[in-house]
Amino acid sequence: MAEKGRGEVVTYIEAITIGLREEMERDERVWLLGEDIGVYGGAFKVTKGFIDKFGEKRVLDTPLSESAIVGVAIGSALNGMIPVAEMQFADFISSGFNQIVNQAAKMHYRYGAPVPMVIRAPTGGGVHGGPFHSQNPEMWFVKTPGLKVVEPSTPYDAYGLIKAAIRDPNPVIYFEHKYLYRRIKEKLPEEEYIVEIGKADVKREGTDITVVTYGSMVHFSLEAADILSKEGVEVEIVDLRTLLPIDKETILKSVRKTGKLCIVHEDTLTAGMGGEIAAIVAEYAFDALDAPIKRVAALDTPVPYAPALEAFFSPDTKKILVALRELAAF
Amino acid sequence: MPNKAKTELTSKKKTESSITSDFVLKVGDGALLYVAGGGAKPASELVLPAKFRLTDDEKIDLLYLMKKTRGTENKIIKLYRQGKIVGGVYTGAGQEATSVGTAYALEKGDYLVPMHRDMGSHIAHGQDLRKIFSQYLGRVTAPTRGKEGNMHMGDFEKNITCMISHLGSNMPVAVGIAYSYILRNEKHTVLTYIGDGGASIGDFHEALNFASVVKAPLVLCIENNQFAYSTPTRQQYNCTQLADRALAYGIPGYVVDGNDVEAVYSVTKALIERAREGEGPALFESISMRMHGHSAHDDAFYVPKSMFEEWARKDPILRYQKKLMEEDILSEEELAKLDQRVETEIEEAAEWALQQPEPPAYEAALGVYADEMPQLWAGYRPNPKLV
Repeated sequence: MAEKGRGEVVTYIEAITIGLREEMERDERVWLLGEDIGVYGGAFKVTKGFIDKFGEKRVLDTPLSESAIVGVAIGSALNGMIPVAEMQFADFISSGFNQIVNQAAKMHYRYGAPVPMVIRAPTGGGVHGGPFHSQNPEMWFVKTPGLKVVEPSTPYDAYGLIKAAIRDPNPVIYFEHKYLYRRIKEKLPEEEYIVEIGKADVKREGTDITVVTYGSMVHFSLEAADILSKEGVEVEIVDLRTLLPIDKETILKSVRKTGKLCIVHEDTLTAGMGGEIAAIVAEYAFDALDAPIKRVAALDTPVPYAPALEAFFSPDTKKILVALRELAAF
Repeated sequence: MPNKAKTELTSKKKTESSITSDFVLKVGDGALLYVAGGGAKPASELVLPAKFRLTDDEKIDLLYLMKKTRGTENKIIKLYRQGKIVGGVYTGAGQEATSVGTAYALEKGDYLVPMHRDMGSHIAHGQDLRKIFSQYLGRVTAPTRGKEGNMHMGDFEKNITCMISHLGSNMPVAVGIAYSYILRNEKHTVLTYIGDGGASIGDFHEALNFASVVKAPLVLCIENNQFAYSTPTRQQYNCTQLADRALAYGIPGYVVDGNDVEAVYSVTKALIERAREGEGPALFESISMRMHGHSAHDDAFYVPKSMFEEWARKDPILRYQKKLMEEDILSEEELAKLDQRVETEIEEAAEWALQQPEPPAYEAALGVYADEMPQLWAGYRPNPKLV
């Protein structure tokens, strides 16, 4: 099968692969490390074929050692390289936590040395992975100054953000949503582009309610918005794309237009992204609000395995609709 | 019904007391395949090529560097007691032969990944005393511009990393620095350290295993100074020597007298050059003694007095000074000059640093990101390798 590239209809996962491959071709300092990423091509096949093209040194199959993988990436970034480390599942990122929050995040502040590295982390549920293959651990890192945290929702953004992350002189955690990997397709532009880190994107314009969301929940929110449109309610969907730094401007602009806000995320509710966004809006656009802020998020529990349990746990189109209808009626 | 079946099954089993003979598993019988460590053949000698052996001038240089290290730390303690240095002060008193002897084995372009008792490594790797005193005093002229204190004073321009307090977690970073040399086909090496305490941390294992698998050009010095804060080695690990762990990673491991600076240098140099030639990582354990408490506020009441007395007799600096004089490498007169030189350099550097300004308070808000308002932070140094 021929390699897919720009100008073609690609899935979300193919867009990541294309972006990674182009960056490795463009800059020989870029190299990849992770468990089973070489010969096997990665647990999800993001790096399939890379080892043949770039060699086993630049596409390094590592021991099962998340802390060492992140630490090695940091050392390599200090020594003039641009590593892209893969966590096989975002859940395992906790085994490399100390390296991320204490070494990578604080390096430039303490020491003046840039740490240009990317950690790719396949995140999220909806794939019946149970408690340790379904988590959304982004907020552990959004709380950490010195990191940048992104999570694309479309192939366009997945391609543009992986390239931006690799070119960024800071440690960037790139959460890629497993549920979206092969479900979402679109045609990439012919021309090379990047998606700037720190910029949210209005995925649907509307006048009545603002939904601020990211990751897979962008698509559930869009579905809910289409249903409500038939009922005469126009919902604006703001896709954060970058969780740290937060694009306050785009959020506030939308809320000032609609006067109502619902935050939707697949992560658990308490101390989730929703709390921070609600605080920003309450602080800077309180006067613009016509209704209480609503949050739709997962239950404050681990991610359960059985389909019925996971469905109960996780936000979905129906739960978003309930919240939006309440807001519409307020 | 189920109950009945269970009873029948139980009645067929032998009772424990009817077994009288031991069951012996033996390698070669088929079931027991291997005895750990049995396959490893550690080399009983380590060769330092003639071209790397120390000249008389270099030997005097080692003594000078050790004296400079101790003098600097003594001055730092004085400034701390005067309230001019804040926070904590952690010294490597008694371990100067290890810190100096190891780092002296590095060549230009090699990377140093030091720990908190390695003042001697910084000095031997070329760090300027003015920068060191600035660091402890939190002045704008410090390599970290006051963002970091005490021994957390890496210098990006000199290939010295800035350790974090989480011991062991600097080791994977050292492996990454070393692996980059493989990626770029450069013949440089990395020297790093861990203590008898830090060797208990998971990153010790992850880093050594990783380094061995990728054949990283890395040398690890395990500084065994008998105590991790107040915890003695017998409560820290239960193998004979920490160097024994090398066998588990398939790399060479040695133990050296950590108070013999020439021995430390020779072992380090042999392993560094071996790594440079692509033969992979190695470790050695350097046996010494922490002659102060964990930090300046700790009086080390938990260390038996006799132990301090015993190790004071093995002091690495006095011992080496005596040796050089006995070997006619150093005269009384030259020694007096050397001591004077060390004292002058330290006093001059400390005085200079005391005159330097503190960073402006607003700098606390700057420098979190490498691409953030770099023009406002004069200390911002873009990675030359990235331009």
